[in-house]
Amino acid sequence: MEHIRTPKVENVRMIDRLTPRKSTVGTLYLSSTHTIFVENSEAHKETWVLHSLVYNVERLPTNSSGSPLIIRCKNFHVYRLLIPQEKDCLDVLASLTQLSCPERYGELFCFSFNPNLDKELREKAWGFINLKAEFSRMGIPCNLWHVTAANHEYRLCDTYPSELFVPKSASPAVIVGSAKFRSRGRLPVLSYFHRDTSPNLFIASICRSSQPLTGFSARSSDDEQMLQAIMKSNPVSEFMYVVDTRPKLNAMANRAAGKGYENEDHYTNIKLQFIGIENIHVMRNSQQKLIDVGELAAPSMSDFLWGLENSGWLKHIKAVLDAGVFIAKAVAEDGVSVLVHCSDGWDRTAQACSVASVLLDPYYRTIKGLMVLIEKDWVSFGHKFSHRYAHLDGDPKEVSPVMDQFLECVWQLMQQFPCAFEFSERFLIQLHTHIYSCQHGNFIGNCQKERRDLRLQERTHSLWPHLWENRAEYTNPLYRTDHSQTQGVLKPLTTAYCFKFWKGMYGRAEKSVASHQSPADCLNAVREESQQLEEELSSHQEVPREMDAGQGIHMHA
Amino acid sequence: MELSEHIKTANVEDVTLRRPFHPALRGTLCVTSHHLLFSDRKDEASWQLLILLKNIDAIEKRAVGSSGTITIKCKDLLVLQLEIPGMEECLNIASSIEALSSLESVTEMYPFFYRPSHLTLNGPWGLSSTEQYYKQTERLWDRWRVSTLNSDYSVCPSYPSAVIMPREVDDDKLIRSARFRQGGRFPVLSYCHHRNGMVIMRSSQPLTGANKKRCKEDELLLQAVIDGSELGYIIDLRSAQQAQQARMTGGGFESKSFYSHWKRIHRHHERGKVVQESLIKLVEACSDPSHSVDRWLSKLENSKWLSHVHSALSTAGLVVECVERDGHSVLVHGSEGTDNTLLVSSLAQLILDPASRTVTGFLCLLEREWIQAGHPFQQRCAHSAYSHARLKQECPIFLLLLDCVWQVWRQFPLALEFSEALLLRLAQEVYASNYGTFLCNSEQERCAAGVKENTHCLFQSLLRPDIEEQYLNPLYEPTDLAIWPSVHPQSLQLWTGLFLRWTEYAQNMEEAREEVWSIVKEHHEQAGPDRTNNTLSTHCDTLTPFENLMDELTIL
Repeated sequence: MEHIRTPKVENVRMIDRLTPRKSTVGTLYLSSTHTIFVENSEAHKETWVLHSLVYNVERLPTNSSGSPLIIRCKNFHVYRLLIPQEKDCLDVLASLTQLSCPERYGELFCFSFNPNLDKELREKAWGFINLKAEFSRMGIPCNLWHVTAANHEYRLCDTYPSELFVPKSASPAVIVGSAKFRSRGRLPVLSYFHRDTSPNLFIASICRSSQPLTGFSARSSDDEQMLQAIMKSNPVSEFMYVVDTRPKLNAMANRAAGKGYENEDHYTNIKLQFIGIENIHVMRNSQQKLIDVGELAAPSMSDFLWGLENSGWLKHIKAVLDAGVFIAKAVAEDGVSVLVHCSDGWDRTAQACSVASVLLDPYYRTIKGLMVLIEKDWVSFGHKFSHRYAHLDGDPKEVSPVMDQFLECVWQLMQQFPCAFEFSERFLIQLHTHIYSCQHGNFIGNCQKERRDLRLQERTHSLWPHLWENRAEYTNPLYRTDHSQTQGVLKPLTTAYCFKFWKGMYGRAEKSVASHQSPADCLNAVREESQQLEEELSSHQEVPREMDAGQGIHMHA
Repeated sequence: MELSEHIKTANVEDVTLRRPFHPALRGTLCVTSHHLLFSDRKDEASWQLLILLKNIDAIEKRAVGSSGTITIKCKDLLVLQLEIPGMEECLNIASSIEALSSLESVTEMYPFFYRPSHLTLNGPWGLSSTEQYYKQTERLWDRWRVSTLNSDYSVCPSYPSAVIMPREVDDDKLIRSARFRQGGRFPVLSYCHHRNGMVIMRSSQPLTGANKKRCKEDELLLQAVIDGSELGYIIDLRSAQQAQQARMTGGGFESKSFYSHWKRIHRHHERGKVVQESLIKLVEACSDPSHSVDRWLSKLENSKWLSHVHSALSTAGLVVECVERDGHSVLVHGSEGTDNTLLVSSLAQLILDPASRTVTGFLCLLEREWIQAGHPFQQRCAHSAYSHARLKQECPIFLLLLDCVWQVWRQFPLALEFSEALLLRLAQEVYASNYGTFLCNSEQERCAAGVKENTHCLFQSLLRPDIEEQYLNPLYEPTDLAIWPSVHPQSLQLWTGLFLRWTEYAQNMEEAREEVWSIVKEHHEQAGPDRTNNTLSTHCDTLTPFENLMDELTIL
C-alpha cells in the first residue's frame, strides 16, 4: 500500500481514440491490486485493470485539457486517461509503475487473491488436472513405457517434473548417463504417446529433451542407447526422427559452446530434421512490431499490410505450425517416433510438441484437453512462465511471447477447422490473460520444483476449475463430437494465405467494451433454447428430415 | 457466320479432366455453341461438368507427344485442365473455345437460347422500377415526382426511362442540366433516407471546362434538392487535383461560388485499368501456394485490392455520416458516374437502409443502382483476371461491390438476410450467365436487343418459387439501425470465399456453414413455426460504428 500516493482522482476522462464522442468521465481509484475507473454516468460502469497485467505506463506532455496517461496491458488492452491535474497524473504514474513491477513472488496477486473457497475445496481444485490420469488415458504405463523415479526430488533434472515416463528398456544407468549428456539434464522423455486406432496400429511417440552436449566431437553411449530405446519402443518403425526446432545455423553455433545436435553417424537409425523456429529474442521483437501495427492510429491498408509483413510475426507462427505438422505427420502417417528438442527444450520444444498433440489428438481440442495439454507440455516440463511473461521485475531479455504463439497456432487452426474445437476464441484469449495476470498460482514460477518450494498449492488457487465452471462462456457452438472435423488427425494447410492477423488478440488496443454481433453467441443461445425446448417437448415425436442427397449434374455457369 | 461453323470437332473421347483437389476423370468432351460439356464414362451415376463458354477467360495449349493439353481458366477463377488425345482435335477444340467464348453480338449469347421448362418468357421482367421505388417511398410524394423525360433515352442514353426529380424542377430544366453533365447523366435521386427524408443523388461530372462554364438549371436543380435547408454535400470521387485536371478535358466540378449551399468533399478512388490490374495481381498471388508469408503479404499489399475495398467502404461511410448523422443530402459523382458513383451510393444504402438488406431488397438495389442506372456490364466484365487480351474497358467494380458487401456481412453477421453464397453466385453470373440480367451496357441497349422479351431474369429466378436455402443467412435478425462497418484495415480481410474458392481452404468453411444451418434448423423444428420469428431477437443491441464486431466465427 505504501506505493499508493493518491488513492482517488476525480473527473478523469477515459478516452476512446477511435470514437472520441464515446469518451467518458469518471473517478479513478487505485487499490493495492487494481486500477479502477468508475464512470460518472448513471450506470456507474466500472473498468478494472489488474496491476500485474500492466505492461507499461506512459505520460504525455500536459496540455490545456489535462495530463494524458496511457496504460498498456500485457493482454494488449490500452487505456487512455486524461487527468485534470498534472500532480495527480504524476502520482498515478509513479504508483502504477511500482505496483506493476513486483520484485518478489510474495507480492504477486495470487497470494492475496481470495475467492472464498474453503481449504478442502482449494485442495480439490488443485487436483482437477491429473497428469498421471492423462498418461494413463494415453495408455501409459504399458509394456513398452513406464514411469521412472529417477527424478525423485528433482535430483536428475531440477526443471523437469518428478515423474518421468521413459522406455522400459532404458536402464537406470542409461537414464542418468543420458541426463548428464543433455543441457541442464533435460534428458529425452515421453511427451505424447499415439495409439493409432486405424488398421496401421502405429504406436509412435513424441519425446522431448534439450540439446545434447556434443560440442564438436563428444558422444555418450548412454544417450545413444536412450534414443535407441525410444526408437525400439515403436516396434514397427526402423528409424526415428530427431526434430531440432532451431535454424540449423543456430544449432551449429551451439557446438562452439559444447552443445549442439546429434551426430547422425553416432546415433544409429536417426534422421535429423531442422525446422527453423527463431529464438526468443527474435520473437519478442517481432511481437513488438506487431503490437505497434495494431496501435497505428489511422493506417492505410498498405501501412497495415506492410507493417504486418515487416513484423515477420505470421512467418514465425507458420514456422511453429510447420514444426507441429511435420511431427504429427511423422507420428500419424509414417508411424515414426520423434524426439523434439531445441536448446533448453522449454520454449520451441514445448510449442512444437503441443501443436503436434493438438493436431494428433481430438482430446486436446476440447476445453478440458487443452488445459491438460498446457499443464503437461508447458507447466510440468518447466516452461519458464515467470521469466517469459515478466511476472517479476527481471531481465527483459528473458521475456518472450512463446505461449502467445502456441495459443495463436491453435487460433489459426480454428480458422481452418471451425468445427474441430470445443472451445472458442474467447477461451484462448482468457488463457492468454491468465498466463500474464498472476491471479492464480498455476503459472507462477519457472518449474515444478520452484512451485513446490513456493507452496503454491497451499497459498494460491488453481485457475482450471474456475475456467471449467464457466465453460459455457467458452464453447464453440459448431463443435459436435461426431463431426468429421472433430475426429482423427487434423491436416491443416500451411499455405501463406491461410495465416491471418489475430484481430481478437492484437486489435484490442482501442476497443471500448461495446456490443458485438457475435454469431457464436447467437448460435449458442439458439442451441441452449433448442435444448430447453427439447426437454419440454420430450414426449413429442421428432420427424427426421432428409437432405436431398442426389446430385447428378454439376452445373457450372 | 453461324455459331456452329466455329466447331470443327464437336466430340472427343478419352479426354482426361483435372480439377483442383479432385481425382482426374476420363470421359467425353463435347463443344456446343455455348457450352463445354464433359461427362465421365461410367454408365451409372454419370457425372457431368457443364461450362458456359462465356465463362472461359483464357486458355493455354500445350502439346505433349501426340496429344495436347488445354488449360482452361474461367472468369469465376476456376482452373481446369483437359488432356485431349490427338493434336488436331486439341487445336480444333481450342480454336472453338477461343471463338465462341468471346462473342460480340448480344443476341448470339446464351441467355437468348436458354429455355428451361420451369420458366416462361413474356411475363413481367425484373423486380423493381423507378416508379415502384417512388410508390413505396411515401416520404418522396410531397416534394418529388417521377419524370419520364428520358422515355426514348434521348436525354441520357445510359439512364433508365424514368427518374425521380424534385417537383419544382420541370423537364426543360432537366434537359439543360443533362447537357451540362457528362454523358447526360444529370443529378437524379438514388435514395431517400427513411429516418429523416435526406436523399442521396448521383450524377456524372459537370462540364465546366477550362473557362468555368456554368449552368443555371443545374444549379437550380441542386438547389431544389436541398429545398431551403442550409447545406448539402457533394462527394466527389476524385482527388481535388484530378477534378481540377478534368477541366482541361471539358469536365470539372461544382464550384463553391455557383453552388453556394453545397460543400464539396474530395475522396480519391482508383478506377478502370488500375482496379482491373489489382484483380489480376491478387488472383495471381492467390494461385501460387508456394509463396512465403512475407512474399504473400507483400503481393497482397501490392495488388492494392484491399485498398480499393477500404476506400469504397470509407467513402460510403462518409456518405452515411452526412445523411444519417448530420442530416444532410448528398450528391455523389466521379467522372462518368457509372462506376465508383454506383459503388458508393449502393454501399451507402446497404449501410443505411434495412430494406436493402433482405434478399429481395438487395437484388432490387442492384437492379436499380447498377442495371437500370447504366453500369456498362458488358464492357466492364468482358474479361476477368486471367485474360491476356489487351484490356479495353474492363473493370471489376461490381466484384469490388460484392467484396465490400461481404466485408459488411462479415462484420454484421446477423444483419443481412442473404448469405455469402448469394454474393458468390452473383460474382459468377455477372461474367457468364444463363440469364439476360447482366447483358448490355444500359437499358437502352437492352431494349434494342430485346433482352426483356427473349431472355429470363436472374433476379426473378433467384426468388422463385422459394429462395434457395443456401442463399439465406440462417442467423438473420433484422435491425432498423445503420450498420456502420469498421474500415480500420485490420477489420478488412481477404474475401477467401471468392479468391480461395477453388482451394482446399474452402472445404472446411463449407462444412462449418452446414453446421450452422443444422443447428438453426434443429432449433426451428423444435420451436415450431409459430415461435421461429421472435426467438433470435435477444442478441441485437445497438450497433455501434467502428467497433470490433466479430472475429469469433469469421467463416459463417
